[in-house]
Amino acid sequence: MKKLDQNKTFLNRVLDSDGIISVLVVLLGFLCGTILIAMVGRNPLNMYKAILQSLTGYNIDNGKMNVRYIGETLNYSVPFILCGLSMAFAARVGLFNIGGEGQYIMGLTVAQVIALLGPQVPVLHWLLAIFGAIAIGAVWGGVVGILKAKYEVSEVVSTIMLNYISLYLSRIICLHLPGATTYKTANYPQTALLTNSFFERITNNSLLNDGFFMMVIAVVLYWFIMEKTKLGYGMRATGFNKEAARCSGIPVVKSIALSMAIAGAFAGLAGGIVALGSFKYGRVLSGMDNYGFNGIAVALVGNSTALGTMLAGFLFGMLKNAQALMQSKQIPKEITFIIQGLIVVFIALRSGLKLYQQWLNKRQLQKEIMKEGVAK
Amino acid sequence: MPEYAIEMVDITKTFPGVVANDNVTLRVYDREIHALLGENGAGKSTLMSILFGAYSADSGIIRIHGNLVDIKDPNVATELGIGMVHQHFKLVQNYTVTENIVLGMEPRNRWGILDLSKAEKRVRELSELYGLSVDPKAMAESITVGQQQRVEILKTLYRNANIIIFDEPTAVLTPQEIDELMDILRRLREEGKTIVLITHKLKEIKAVADRCTVLRRGKYIGTVQVADVTEQDLAEMMVGRAVKFEIDKAPAHPGPVMLSVQHLTVKDAVGNVKVHDLSVDVRAGEIVGVAGVDGNGQSELLYGLTGLSPVVEGKVFIDGEDVTNLTIRRRIERGLGHIPEDRQKHGLVSEFSISENCAIKNYYLPPYSNQYGLLNYQKMTEHADELIEQFDIRAGEGAGTPAGSLSGGNQQKVIVAREISLSPKVLLVAQPTRGLDVGAIEYIRKRIIAERDKGRAILLVSFELDEIMNLCDRIATISKGSIVAINDQDQVTEREIGLMMAGSKKAEA
Repeated sequence: MKKLDQNKTFLNRVLDSDGIISVLVVLLGFLCGTILIAMVGRNPLNMYKAILQSLTGYNIDNGKMNVRYIGETLNYSVPFILCGLSMAFAARVGLFNIGGEGQYIMGLTVAQVIALLGPQVPVLHWLLAIFGAIAIGAVWGGVVGILKAKYEVSEVVSTIMLNYISLYLSRIICLHLPGATTYKTANYPQTALLTNSFFERITNNSLLNDGFFMMVIAVVLYWFIMEKTKLGYGMRATGFNKEAARCSGIPVVKSIALSMAIAGAFAGLAGGIVALGSFKYGRVLSGMDNYGFNGIAVALVGNSTALGTMLAGFLFGMLKNAQALMQSKQIPKEITFIIQGLIVVFIALRSGLKLYQQWLNKRQLQKEIMKEGVAK
Repeated sequence: MPEYAIEMVDITKTFPGVVANDNVTLRVYDREIHALLGENGAGKSTLMSILFGAYSADSGIIRIHGNLVDIKDPNVATELGIGMVHQHFKLVQNYTVTENIVLGMEPRNRWGILDLSKAEKRVRELSELYGLSVDPKAMAESITVGQQQRVEILKTLYRNANIIIFDEPTAVLTPQEIDELMDILRRLREEGKTIVLITHKLKEIKAVADRCTVLRRGKYIGTVQVADVTEQDLAEMMVGRAVKFEIDKAPAHPGPVMLSVQHLTVKDAVGNVKVHDLSVDVRAGEIVGVAGVDGNGQSELLYGLTGLSPVVEGKVFIDGEDVTNLTIRRRIERGLGHIPEDRQKHGLVSEFSISENCAIKNYYLPPYSNQYGLLNYQKMTEHADELIEQFDIRAGEGAGTPAGSLSGGNQQKVIVAREISLSPKVLLVAQPTRGLDVGAIEYIRKRIIAERDKGRAILLVSFELDEIMNLCDRIATISKGSIVAINDQDQVTEREIGLMMAGSKKAEA
């Protein structure tokens, strides 16, 4: 009986903590991935070797160390984290921002335009480009927020549609940039790049750049706005119970519009960083980069908290970086998508786990009562 | 040995964290009206749900007319002749009365096609036999609440029920409709039916029931002959201690008009006019009650006053200032307090802690926020601690307890504490004691009167006429969105208000 009690409290404690659930869910996703690889007749160990290498730069097969992989993993993580923050910020206010992709594309586009056409003054040039990306992202999200708040247009529908508008608008604009072919533009001037020579030196010429600092600032800002300001208080109240917030005088219309604008700004920043940090030239997009969509999963795994989203973003960045390594070790890179998908499905199953917990509690209580009855 | 229609012996039913029924025994004679009395959460509804097959008991036995039965689901209950009239009617609005009654067991002719005329004939017979006058061809949406209830009763009779459970049947009725229902119950008994009446209203039990079983916190307290006991005795059994019915209330000393509502018209979300040309004044230091049956525009009146719904026509003044077009927040700043009808929907953010909820109307002002927009959680907690102490809010983890984990009474105390601590000039109070236990009801009523004596202008909306009569200094009776009459509390009887609630202007003095 005593043991059962302990089990119960342990299970309850686990299920009560969203963080622990996320960790368990990730482990479960990897477990399923491992089994899948074994089922198709490959050695699952190779997947973990690839992951180890993308995480630490250590190649266990030949004992060589290349810190560049660490840099690349971190660099891949930046847009995942920022797009995750975009989704998460809206989610905390009770909105579903599927438009991260469109906001990301707009940010990327504006950053490319300013990089190619802006004033070639050191620092000012890339600052302008980044702020342009943030601003267009905020506008792109804010429009959705205003439509939602004032006219009750579903943000899901309008963001999905805006994603396509963004993609093709981006193509139209970028095809008119200097030196544009069907897939790329001319190279940026040096002043537009986010390269960080210190990072380059310590990570053996990886693409890790100043965008990393911006991501860290964004994460801190996210936490600060949500938890420490009156603006965040009003937004959280709106997200939990819109009606009660309205009845208490909280300007929910403003909260909703503003939260979408801030969400858009995070995604726009991601676009700007990718445009100026990971490439030396502007891209004429033929398809979506999918950072915005993956941001939804990142926010889900991270429970829409600042720290959780950052950790989940690192996970996704690491998996992306591990893809090429896996292929060289005969592991299909698609396994990473399967693992990501499974993680999202398992997160969604959380409510199922909660039901199981309730059922357990109930049975426990019944047993105790029966026992008392017998004792009487 | 007299025959029992229902015997439920040693029923135990637990839910996670609660024992809803703890060895409860209920024995109901054939052809009696048996009241089941208890406060909210005493386990009445659970017990009846077990009888009706909605839940299964963890232990205990049930006998119907002496036969041991296992009621696995409501269909079994129906076969055993048990019918239930739910508190919230389950009618299809755009079906006729007959269609609603036969739904699920439609009579068919020999071609297998629905035969409504046969059904109508049977419905007519039944309604004549039991005195349930209702037009079988009328649309469900077009008939009154009282008639809808009769349709629910006819539904059970159509299914040959001889045991009928009524779950809080008077909650939605006017006093006159309640009288009629009492007659119907007696008639059903005469015709050989057995009635179980779930209620927490003592008057009704005294009026109609033969015997009464009392539950308290899931436990069986006792069964009494109603004729042998007083209302006071029943109340004590229900609550477990002596209860005071009358509220000590000094005469009001009304001051200047604080809330003035002039020719107000408000529409609901779908665009129907729900409040029409309504005018009422509330002075400082008095409580004005809005008496009426649920759905006559009370909610929309409050929405219009608080700013939750836009005002179509008319004006609202707080302390002489026109607030008709101000936002909700500006109205709160002008001194409008609101204890909403729906605690879960409008009153609290259940995921927020008590301290966050206590500050939800003024978190953006000092001392909770500084000039840079940064929150001061410590000040919020200090304030909440004070309120918890002052209003005796029972919370497991103090000011940090999530509001959603509190009991209904304590949630209401949090709201009342918050609104009172904001020192409003005008306090709108809607259904302040709905769903609360007797202790909390007494406490909240006392607090409302104390606020009146502090010089607040209070507008009280309640569907419980007793509450209105007890608390208010003046009573405005509302019907179909308009005020029928405003009377001083001592110049009017419950009966007169009841007539006005039904829309009659005759009682107007």
